[in-house]
Amino acid sequence: MSTDPFRPWEDPQATPLIRFENVTKRFGAFVAVDNLSLDIYEKEFFALLGASGCGKTTLMRMLAGFEKPTEGRITLNGVDIAPIPVNKRDINMMFQSYALFPHLTVADNIAFGLKRSDMPKAEIAGRVDEMLNLVQLSQFAKRKPHQISGGQRQRVALARSLARNPKVLLLDEPLAALDKKLRQETQFELMDIQGKLGTTFMIVTHDQEEAMTVASRVAVMNAGVIKQIATPDAIYERPNSAYVADFIGEVNLIDGKVTSGTEKSCKIIWQGGTITAQPRAKLAKGTEVRYAIRPEKVVISASKPEATNAIKGKVLDIAYLGNISTYHVETDSGQIIKAQLTNVRRLSQRSFAWEDPVWLSWTETAGIVLTE
Amino acid sequence: MKRFTLFNITSLTLGFAFLYVPILILIIFSFNASRLVTVWAGFSTKWYGKLLQNEAFLDAAWVTLKVGILSSCIATVLGTAAAMVMVRSGKFFGRTLFSGMIYAPLVMPEVITGLSLLLLFISLGVERGVMTIVLAHATFSMCYVSVVVSSRLVSFDQSLEEAALDLGCSQFDAFKSVTLPIIAPAVISGWLLAFTLSLDDLVIASFTTGPSATTLPIKIYSAVRLGVSPEINALSTLLIGAVTIGVITASLVTKRAAVHRKRHEEMARQAEG
Ligand SMILES: Nc1ncnc2c1ncn2[C@@H]1O[C@H](COP(=O)(O)OP(=O)(O)OP(=O)(O)O)[C@@H](O)[C@H]1O
Ligand SMILES: [Mg+2]
Repeated sequence: MSTDPFRPWEDPQATPLIRFENVTKRFGAFVAVDNLSLDIYEKEFFALLGASGCGKTTLMRMLAGFEKPTEGRITLNGVDIAPIPVNKRDINMMFQSYALFPHLTVADNIAFGLKRSDMPKAEIAGRVDEMLNLVQLSQFAKRKPHQISGGQRQRVALARSLARNPKVLLLDEPLAALDKKLRQETQFELMDIQGKLGTTFMIVTHDQEEAMTVASRVAVMNAGVIKQIATPDAIYERPNSAYVADFIGEVNLIDGKVTSGTEKSCKIIWQGGTITAQPRAKLAKGTEVRYAIRPEKVVISASKPEATNAIKGKVLDIAYLGNISTYHVETDSGQIIKAQLTNVRRLSQRSFAWEDPVWLSWTETAGIVLTE
Repeated sequence: MKRFTLFNITSLTLGFAFLYVPILILIIFSFNASRLVTVWAGFSTKWYGKLLQNEAFLDAAWVTLKVGILSSCIATVLGTAAAMVMVRSGKFFGRTLFSGMIYAPLVMPEVITGLSLLLLFISLGVERGVMTIVLAHATFSMCYVSVVVSSRLVSFDQSLEEAALDLGCSQFDAFKSVTLPIIAPAVISGWLLAFTLSLDDLVIASFTTGPSATTLPIKIYSAVRLGVSPEINALSTLLIGAVTIGVITASLVTKRAAVHRKRHEEMARQAEG
């Protein structure tokens, strides 16, 4: 591995492999993708996140060639792909519904695309075996798709789309039906394949942990537009909008108003008191803002802590999640703020219980000031 | 409630008798040793032997077979193509008209279909014979094929075809390697249906035939006008047999495919659960 991090999107010289230029897709009057522009670079592992029906599949289908953009254009290596038919694009797609051929065996399903590529006949069987091994389905080679489980089918679909070794691989929720362990294994497998072959991946997922694990960049979509594109850590730590902050992970959103501030620091007044925070830019006095703070950055203590931001409340509810617990704390002014604690002690020995009066606190840099 | 009351049994028996007694009598008398159709003189298969020596009947049988196979093949290709368009192309201008026009011959009186085809052939100056019957039969049986095939296509997952295209197939290759094998049972039963329809059609064939081509139904019809002979009974029995086998096979193919699909879905559910 090279030592300098893989960040082609920060390099003004780099040319993107895939480019969506002001792409709009309408179904009748309904706008599924709305004037969307997006650059994806070679060897990226690009993750698309977004609520159901926000246009993720549509975006992929346009890239694969099943749908034509109503407006705008998509280029691959600088070439407009609109005139290139589906079967001539060096892009493969794994379907959300798997779309396995029911009349063919698992092995024949995987061989299907190879038989229609320029791979010599003699090498096909070897390649099929290789793919079967990869997805751990060698003993099911002779079965038909209906004779294997849902998760196994998903892996066949994955193997089939990988077999042709495409330049771009589109994965529409590829791992949704797998159990956690197999999903993690497959995630690492995908990253491994990506490292070996240099394939560019675009993956749709509902699992943000998955997006965080595999992706070089994450895009959060809503109603046909991209709200933010950033690296997984940036999108988690520095979301640009309340929508993104709320979509990725848990967050406390506090509505307030800027009372005073410089470029470095500002004070926000809200129902429960005043918060000192670091804005990204100087905010004018009176600006309406939302302050976003992740539950794990909120500290709970029994006595008043020495912290910039502190607030008093009482424990309303405790959600036990195994490794962590989420405490729902009601402030004296009636808002509910979530705080997370690692369960270092056993359940019966935890320090706070229902109705306990507690203090919540966080540092000046812990939260984010959002204006949209 | 009792299911087999006297009334139920009686009406069932009467109904079935009404439907099948004439056919049964015909079959029984085809094994009659006597020449007289109405007098039973013992069991014999001699009329079947006679039939095999009757050149005119054999010729007619050959013509019928040729017409049946050719017309049902043409009808299957056209009917399947029409079904694909109907189910796949979504909304297009004139879709309702088009689908109406495909299904109209199903309810069109045969006499009118026959007459209009006859007029067409005459005005085109086509010499009437085997080929004109083939065309006529293909015309009216393709709508049956199209009905059978489109009912299967409705439940066909279109992403399978897209996956095939994605994996490098041309449109035609995708149809041939993915769609066709999956809808094959429907296509086969469509073919059998078309074949059976062609086999027993009298009206349209008589309109569109020429002196050179006589199909079995035409032959039987003209022979019967000179009096019913046991040979005709034997021939009709054979025809009934052929049609029965055709219809039963068609329904079995469809049913088996449906059962198969159901079982696969069942297994898939279990595998997931
Ligand atoms: N062929 C179509 N005709 C009409 N509307 C469509 C069509 N395909 C998609 N849509 C609509 O476009 C919107 C986006 O659909 P899309 O399949 O891209 O969603 P998605 O983000 O993939 O959702 P999910 O996460 O549920 O898979 C949806 O509201 C859907 O109803
Ligand atoms: Mg989708």
